[in-house]
Amino acid sequence: MSDSPRTAVSNPPTQPMASNFGERDLVRRSATEDLPPPERQLTPVAKLIDVSKCIGCKACQSACVEWNDTTPAIGENTGVYENPHDLTENMFTLMRFTEWVNPETDNLEWLIRKDGCMHCADPGCLKACPAPGAIVQYTNGIVDFIHENCIGCGYCIKGCPFNIPRISKADHRSYKCTLCSDRVAVGQGPACAKACPTQAIVFGTKEDMKQHAAGRIADLKSRGFANAGLYDPPGVGGTHVMYVLHHADKPQIYANLPENPRISPLVQSWKGVTKYVGLAAMGMMAVGSIVHGVFARPNRVSREDEENAEKLVEGKPVPPPGEHA
Amino acid sequence: MTNSWTDIRNTDLVVVMGGNAAEAHPCGFKWVTEAKAHRGAKLIVVDPRFTRTASVADFYAPIRQGSDIAFLLGLIRYCIENDKVQWEYTKAFTNASFIVKEGFGYADGLFSGYDEEKRDYDRTSWDYEIGEDGYARVDPTLQHPRCVWNLLRQHVSVYTPEMVERICGTPKAKFLKIAEMVAECSSPTRTMTSMYALGWTQHSHGAQNIRGMAMLQLILGNIGVRGGGMNALRGHSNIQGLTDLGLMSHLLTGYLNMPTEKEPDLATYMASRQFKPLRPGQTSYWQNYSKFFVSFMKAMWGDAARAENGWAYDYLPKLDVPSYDVLRMFELMNHGKVNGYLCQGFNPVLAFPNRGKVVAGLSKLKFLVTMDPLETETARFWENHGAFNDVNTASIQTEVFQLPTRCFAEDQGSLTNSGRWLQWFWPGGTAPGEARPDTWIMAQIFLRMRELYRKEGGAFPDPILNLSWEYHDPNEPEPEELAKEINGRALTDLTDPNDPSKVIVAAGKQVLNFTQLRDDGSTMCGCWIYSGCFNEAGNNMARRDNSDPDQTGTHPNWTWAWPLNRRTLYNRASADLNGKPWDPSRKIIEWDGTRWTGYDVPDIGVTAKPGEVMPFIMNQEGVSRLFTRGMMRDGPFPAHMEPFESPIANVMNPRMRGNPVARLFESDLAQFGTSEEFPFAATSYRLTEHFHYWTKHNRVNAALQPEFFVEISEELAALRQITPGGWVRVWSKRGSVKAKAVVTKRIRPLICDGKTVHVVGIPLHWGFTGSAKKGFGPNSLTPFVGDANIETPEYKAFLVNIEPSSAPGVTS
Amino acid sequence: MVERVQPGDAVHPGKPVTVNRYGAGARLNHWITATSLILLALSGLALFTPSLYFLTALFGGGQNTRAFHPWIGVVLFLSFFIFFFQLWKANLPEKVDIVWLSRIRDVIGGREERLPELGKYNAGQKFIFWAMTGLILLLIVSGVAIWEAYFAAYVSIPMRRVAVLAHSVAAVLIICVFILHVYAAFWTRGTLRAMTRGTVTGGWAWRHHRKWLRDLAGQRKTGPAE
Repeated sequence: MSDSPRTAVSNPPTQPMASNFGERDLVRRSATEDLPPPERQLTPVAKLIDVSKCIGCKACQSACVEWNDTTPAIGENTGVYENPHDLTENMFTLMRFTEWVNPETDNLEWLIRKDGCMHCADPGCLKACPAPGAIVQYTNGIVDFIHENCIGCGYCIKGCPFNIPRISKADHRSYKCTLCSDRVAVGQGPACAKACPTQAIVFGTKEDMKQHAAGRIADLKSRGFANAGLYDPPGVGGTHVMYVLHHADKPQIYANLPENPRISPLVQSWKGVTKYVGLAAMGMMAVGSIVHGVFARPNRVSREDEENAEKLVEGKPVPPPGEHA
Repeated sequence: MTNSWTDIRNTDLVVVMGGNAAEAHPCGFKWVTEAKAHRGAKLIVVDPRFTRTASVADFYAPIRQGSDIAFLLGLIRYCIENDKVQWEYTKAFTNASFIVKEGFGYADGLFSGYDEEKRDYDRTSWDYEIGEDGYARVDPTLQHPRCVWNLLRQHVSVYTPEMVERICGTPKAKFLKIAEMVAECSSPTRTMTSMYALGWTQHSHGAQNIRGMAMLQLILGNIGVRGGGMNALRGHSNIQGLTDLGLMSHLLTGYLNMPTEKEPDLATYMASRQFKPLRPGQTSYWQNYSKFFVSFMKAMWGDAARAENGWAYDYLPKLDVPSYDVLRMFELMNHGKVNGYLCQGFNPVLAFPNRGKVVAGLSKLKFLVTMDPLETETARFWENHGAFNDVNTASIQTEVFQLPTRCFAEDQGSLTNSGRWLQWFWPGGTAPGEARPDTWIMAQIFLRMRELYRKEGGAFPDPILNLSWEYHDPNEPEPEELAKEINGRALTDLTDPNDPSKVIVAAGKQVLNFTQLRDDGSTMCGCWIYSGCFNEAGNNMARRDNSDPDQTGTHPNWTWAWPLNRRTLYNRASADLNGKPWDPSRKIIEWDGTRWTGYDVPDIGVTAKPGEVMPFIMNQEGVSRLFTRGMMRDGPFPAHMEPFESPIANVMNPRMRGNPVARLFESDLAQFGTSEEFPFAATSYRLTEHFHYWTKHNRVNAALQPEFFVEISEELAALRQITPGGWVRVWSKRGSVKAKAVVTKRIRPLICDGKTVHVVGIPLHWGFTGSAKKGFGPNSLTPFVGDANIETPEYKAFLVNIEPSSAPGVTS
Repeated sequence: MVERVQPGDAVHPGKPVTVNRYGAGARLNHWITATSLILLALSGLALFTPSLYFLTALFGGGQNTRAFHPWIGVVLFLSFFIFFFQLWKANLPEKVDIVWLSRIRDVIGGREERLPELGKYNAGQKFIFWAMTGLILLLIVSGVAIWEAYFAAYVSIPMRRVAVLAHSVAAVLIICVFILHVYAAFWTRGTLRAMTRGTVTGGWAWRHHRKWLRDLAGQRKTGPAE
């Protein structure tokens, strides 16, 4: 498996290497209808976030800031542990903390979920994006924002079922987790996975990650979490960021992780039927006008009309109102 | 740590109590998740708060801060009552069978010999009966009423689950569930590890908290085995190195003692350090004390340390008090008896209790020198920062010298981790501006002082003029040179005692390790326990071979661990009396009929026969101590003691406040609050997002946790009408702070002795320098009292009051 | 009630008769609105479908297109609604509009003589007026809701999704209405000068808005001959 790293734990290659995927590996490109087929099929990759192993240390957030060289603002405490308080253009990933009392055991559970781009197989952001090449998807599944093509319209936000992209107020471009495509391209795992002290975040091929998850789920079931499971929602074609949840039957308790995410039908119809019907309507309107212009005589004012007007103004008799032939 | 971080993956049960490993040691905590993921290990957390560690625990139980001894003795009682004892281990490897002197007793929360006036015990009754042969008397049948086992059994009998609930506030059912899980580890094939940190040490009875768990681990047979042990998680990456190298006023290096005034000459000093074995055939390794001591003196003063002058014994200071710990130094500063302070890599304005007293002390100094890579509050203690440091600058006459140093990432050297691994590191960057290595700064101060002494003389210039200073560049000793000095070398040819013609180590060569040290002045060694770190094989601390044969977690060729590269202390105890591992799947070493072999360096003479030489070779008894004799000031067994500021009275003796023998200074007595005035039980702690007071200087960390807050329960918020995210004022008898309120389900009120106890959690990362929002530390509130044995301040349990408030007014 | 004659409307005897239909303010507003609408259509279409994304080049690229479009929308909204308050009373529906509409085939065929006499506006013009009004309102409201730079924080994402769909549907419709309006103005010769010079010929008024002309003549709202 030379095209994808299988783990983020192993040390990165020490020799410089050329990027092992790029423009030629695109399977989707925003606002591009004639994308040539990719030259090859890369092995799909995935990041697996094991919520049950996560200690909420925010090392992933820190690593993300460091690697992407962002500058999150120093905010204030609002009575919670989340800082910043939401994803921002400078914070692509965020630990979300939920204090949940399990009604079955009456025990408190502190659910800590690392929020960020899920890298949907069917990405709503890409579907919504109007700027050619601003959002791309590689054959390994990574959904990447190409900032120089981004126009800052915010359509990706409307397309995303997970509320992930954020537009910078400074440069008016959209930002989100790239799954460290720049690291993955040179044989390394994402920065967050590399930094995670408990290996709650692991990275590799999607197949491997599913297998790893199966082992974790079996362990959780043995510890009494009967509903432990993998979050790989089919509504968006599966995701390249997956969660192991102790309560996979209730994803919404993890800071409103959507139960059945999918691209909103509004967005679907906006980008689908509306576009085609709209173009057709405008086209027909224009064509109809032209046809009428060609075939119908122009509606001209006649000599008689002018005379009648002159007579009317001069007080001379004119045809009375309401009398049309 | 008796074991190592990597060994934790071998455990079956992790008990995190007195610590919050996931929060404060997230990188080391990975080994807990490894144990859980690969061994199916369980994790128990006992803490006043539902912590980040609790968030991944299999079982959590709340406990009132400062009541851990009752909980631990309750566990010991449960194991004894339910016959959940690793009997073979307990009988053979502990002093359970040793007979204690007549006259020893315990009543009303106090042991025999208490003198209320002196606040001290006469400890003579806390010892073994010595037979005519000079050895301690034992009863291997454990029938003798005064054998340690029966005394222990009687001592813990009061700590029933009901009593534990009454004192600790831990619901009985939860306590019993934990007791059951712990007791399973009495099986020779199940081990439990204890991971603790400052949640146990920062109490006026901190050392006894640890004793409680150590005793439990001993009767479960969990000391010396893989996946077991007493694992102190150190709060700094090199705090282990600090104590190892004797950066405490009462210690020399390698836990040798600083002499006291009662030991005016070497003969007297050595007389009390003979360490004669208390049982036949035992090693009592401290018998070699003089070899380590003389080699240390040779490292310090070279040729000036000679047999005739008692190896320059007179050069050593003689303590007139048990220790000049930081608390005492600040007390003396406040009395005008300490005039100058060299403050190196330390920020007492935020790190030491009763900040008002700390700042008052600094304000009375003639000079203060700070050495730090960062702008510390201590260096700026004189600067007015409005509510955050409300001092009258004009009234402070202290001259402050702020010397910027390199930070660890810009320097090279070694750090000693919790697992006693000396790990060499290399600079990752270049220091900015005028930052200089600490060694350069110290050398400059020394060289200039020596010059002054040379020119002007003085009362006793000899120790300074004769200090050994043989460095390539006297202005800046190199880390390697210092490491070699610490390892030690032969000063003359060392010959084989059995064959004087055979040279073992030639003069000038590094010694292999401390077994080659001698007390005749032919060797020098800066720190005997570190001997072996940099020998003729090279810098062993720089080794980076992470291989681990058979995945035992030993990693013998990764850096170097003291002593002798041994990864698990007392590892002889991992095998039974015949030398066979208790659990063959968890072998560390075993007796192959002629010698000890295995994965780790045996913690016993390699040819010492099992059954003859017992595993605890540092002890005169050869076995471990359930009863510590007179070695601790506050009792040979742990006993329940309340913090000095406690929401409830001591149920054993309501008159008793705190630790009855903890040192108290007159002025601090008046500054203890009562539960009437300060009804809420506060505790202080770290957060993962920060490291102490350093990372608030880093924008990334500051963004991840920007502002000072306190944590309270929903119930306390309702009681005091505090809104989540709103401002509160928290105050104690000693000071007042303002913070944002985090109202959480993770803290619940406890019912202790029939009273509702509300807990207030106060993290410690904010001050008035750095990138984060200005804030306060818990040390504005905490009491100026330390542990009775080691003077670690009581940060973890004190009393406060709380009310809604407005934002702190900032005038600057 | 429909305002049959609006302030500024007047007839001037002569050969041909000229009739004041729009004052300078109204004409200015109209052309600001028209220009805005064209720019909005071009920039909007660029973002509506990838095949028209090249239109962003007219505005200096995608970022500028994204940035300018909503501001142009504000200009359109303001200019149109000044215009609106000048015209709305004359555009109220009447019974005769129904008759006119029922003979829409004659309208399209240019058989004006088979239609009833009309006031200042016919039902088609009124339709365009009200359609523009409604659609511009919808566009400005939905446009503000998806104006990322300033209003993102105030509108939930589900609402923004509704808004973006509504905005694009409304845009399609307004472009259709716009085409209708422009074509009708061209086809009906003599109309354009109402928005350029502000006047129409008497014959034009006689032919298309005879009742309006009668009203003006009847009220003797005659100016001096030119």
